[in-house]
Amino acid sequence: MVQTKEKTNMTHAIDMGAANRAPQTRRLEDEKIALTVRDLSLYYGDKQALKSINLQIPEKRVTAFIGPSGCGKSTLLRCFNRMNDLVDTARIEGQLLLGDKNIYDKDVDVARLRRRIGMVFQKPNPFPKSIYENVAYGLRLAGITKKRTLDETVEWALKGAALWDEVKDRLHDNALGMSGGQQQRLVIARSIAIKPEVLLLDEPASALDPISTLKIEELINDLKNDYTIVIVTHNMQQAARVSDYTAFMYLGDLVEYGATDKIFTVPEKKQTEDYITGRYG
Amino acid sequence: MSEHHSIGAQRSSAFKAWYKSGDPWIWMTGGAVAISLLLVVGLLGLIAFRGLAHFWPADVVQASYQVPGKPPMKVLGELREGELVSKSRLESAGLPVTGDKEFYDRYLFKVGNRDIYGSDFRYVIDDWLVEREFPQDITVFERLEWGNLYGWVESVSENGEVVASGDAAWPALRERQARAHELREKIEKIEKHDIGAINYALEKLRLKRRGLELRQQLSTEVEAGIAAEEAALQARYQGYEDDLISLYGDIQRDSVTVRVMTGETRTVELSKVVRIFRPNDMGVFGKLGHYAAKLWEFVADEPREANTEGGIFPAIFGTVLMVLLMSVFVTPFGVVAALYLREYAKQGFMTRVIRIAVNNLAGVPSIVYGVFGLGFFVYFLGGSIDALFFPEALPTPTFGTGGILWASLTLAILTLPVVIVATEEGLSRIPRSLREASLALGATKAETLWKVVLPMASPAMMTGLILAVARAAGEVAPLMLVGVVKLAPSLPLDGNMPFIHLDRKFMHLGFHIYDVGFQSPNVEAARPLVYATALLLVLVIIALNLFAVRVRNRLREKYRALEH
Repeated sequence: MVQTKEKTNMTHAIDMGAANRAPQTRRLEDEKIALTVRDLSLYYGDKQALKSINLQIPEKRVTAFIGPSGCGKSTLLRCFNRMNDLVDTARIEGQLLLGDKNIYDKDVDVARLRRRIGMVFQKPNPFPKSIYENVAYGLRLAGITKKRTLDETVEWALKGAALWDEVKDRLHDNALGMSGGQQQRLVIARSIAIKPEVLLLDEPASALDPISTLKIEELINDLKNDYTIVIVTHNMQQAARVSDYTAFMYLGDLVEYGATDKIFTVPEKKQTEDYITGRYG
Repeated sequence: MSEHHSIGAQRSSAFKAWYKSGDPWIWMTGGAVAISLLLVVGLLGLIAFRGLAHFWPADVVQASYQVPGKPPMKVLGELREGELVSKSRLESAGLPVTGDKEFYDRYLFKVGNRDIYGSDFRYVIDDWLVEREFPQDITVFERLEWGNLYGWVESVSENGEVVASGDAAWPALRERQARAHELREKIEKIEKHDIGAINYALEKLRLKRRGLELRQQLSTEVEAGIAAEEAALQARYQGYEDDLISLYGDIQRDSVTVRVMTGETRTVELSKVVRIFRPNDMGVFGKLGHYAAKLWEFVADEPREANTEGGIFPAIFGTVLMVLLMSVFVTPFGVVAALYLREYAKQGFMTRVIRIAVNNLAGVPSIVYGVFGLGFFVYFLGGSIDALFFPEALPTPTFGTGGILWASLTLAILTLPVVIVATEEGLSRIPRSLREASLALGATKAETLWKVVLPMASPAMMTGLILAVARAAGEVAPLMLVGVVKLAPSLPLDGNMPFIHLDRKFMHLGFHIYDVGFQSPNVEAARPLVYATALLLVLVIIALNLFAVRVRNRLREKYRALEH
């Protein structure tokens, strides 16, 4: 039931966008879909954290999850690479399809899944190793041992994360000696080094200063040419700046989902509008 | 009156303010630290002073000892420790103390010449020791047997013929003593090293034959082969034996005749003399040189004369090797156990019970571990190993008796709780975010543990190991049940295949202290060695700990991610 409601909302929103604005307004119908969430519910013990979510994540676009603290946006994000498996009390119902395959099927190799769906966390968490070894970590796990391949991929990933010029002379220094913003870009480089299809960003800039935040945002803009990106953010301006599609969540429900332009200019729901205009949250 | 009152009030409020400022706390806590430090420094200072002073060559005093009412007696020797003794105690000891002093100085006087007087030491009252002199030409002979000999060199003989006497005797003696020393080193090398190796090989052959016999596989060809090998070894042995006979002939050539205090003369073979010196004739540098040589002998040589002379190298070696073996056993076990408890086991009632049990194990008295080691390792495991793999040696046990392997395993169990607790502590401090980072890159749990968690927890493991080493190196009680002996004929590590002999018994510094201090036939001679050995034990533990601490600090430096 929720699903149909969402569908109509979305269709409506996109229709309105198409009517009111320039033709570049995105329409979910035109997108290739990378991830599909179908009736997904998540419980922590008895407490329901996600309530039957239905959602489609388009390929090579940036999709943002916004909402007040505790609304379940990070929980939903962590469903995409099964990070919630680590929580003993978490229980999941429903489906989450990558392509056509439900990633919660029994025969799914979680490690391989996580190689296809990378993740960057809120606080920069580089390993206490050298910059080079941080980026090479996932590659070595994947069984790559050839020095030349490693060197090339590390350089490629660091360039991809706009970090190469800053660190190329100190690749073998400890990563913990870098600034917070650099560390976060290193973590992004580490994630893209293993060439995932999807990149999940969990409030990647919340622990950073404004300049580092700007760099991360620019980076996200570049990365969406090659990756499907899902980002959780507290910062609505950030969501408006970087994302193509936005989902507004509230208390475990997906309230509204659609093209970012639409959500931020003519939201369908009163709740969304209140949140975006800063009346609560 | 009211003025007086207000001053009192002011004073008490000043005191309150001072009390509230927290200064008394700083003084109290600082004082506690200072007292602890003082105690530690005092302890180390005491054992260092008493232990190290022993090796200094004391001047030899010649004097007349006049006990009131008895004829004076000539004595010769070294004044050792002095103490104040009350008059009544001396009286009850049967001494004719007639003076009116409350206390008398009493000295332990080392007269040496045990073969003449029966014991090395006697007590003398300071006041009665008169006409003291320090003759330059008194010579001290440190012998292989019977302790020191104090006296005057009369003459030096070769094959019984006097070759030098009077003033010429001393230089001749020095020269011949150097020669004897060289010869003795050669003899020792042949006896210990070469003949030891042959004996070891012969014993192996004997066991091989016996083993084949037991399995009834001893064919005539094999028997002939073994016999041929034995014959070859015997021939080599014969060769060494001939060498030894001629060396012994050489070394026994020289002897020295010494006049002792009583006026008698003694003839001492130079082959039985370790060191000859004239302490009253030595300058400061001469004494320093002598001191260094004695200290080196103590650290690097084997014990002589029921452990009261010579060195304690085998005990140092045994202690260090045992601690290292223990570390090799305890670290993997403790780490793996902690890893399971913290990372894999489902946290709940059972893990809590196990944790409590592990913590309590650390409080079990060590002798209980010794009993367990004896019952389980020595008798059960060792006995089974002997029955399975060494039936040819029975009834002589190979592993079915105490040995360095069982001792280190027993101590490994003893220290296991410490390592488990420390490792668990370290594992729990690895931030969750780093585990997630690794998992999000497609690592399995095992890969994450191996590549991220364990390296980062390694400083904590080292902390556990440091605590374990500190505890194990000082432990004596359990070792007495599982393999420590007062004198081990050979080290657990030598040149014979397979080089490390884990079944051998070994010596240990802690046990050595007990043995020398309380089981020695010559208590006065041994007492300074107790201090010296204690000092060495402390130094060995400090060295082992410093090494581990350095390793830990390097690891910490490498993985210092825990700070934020």
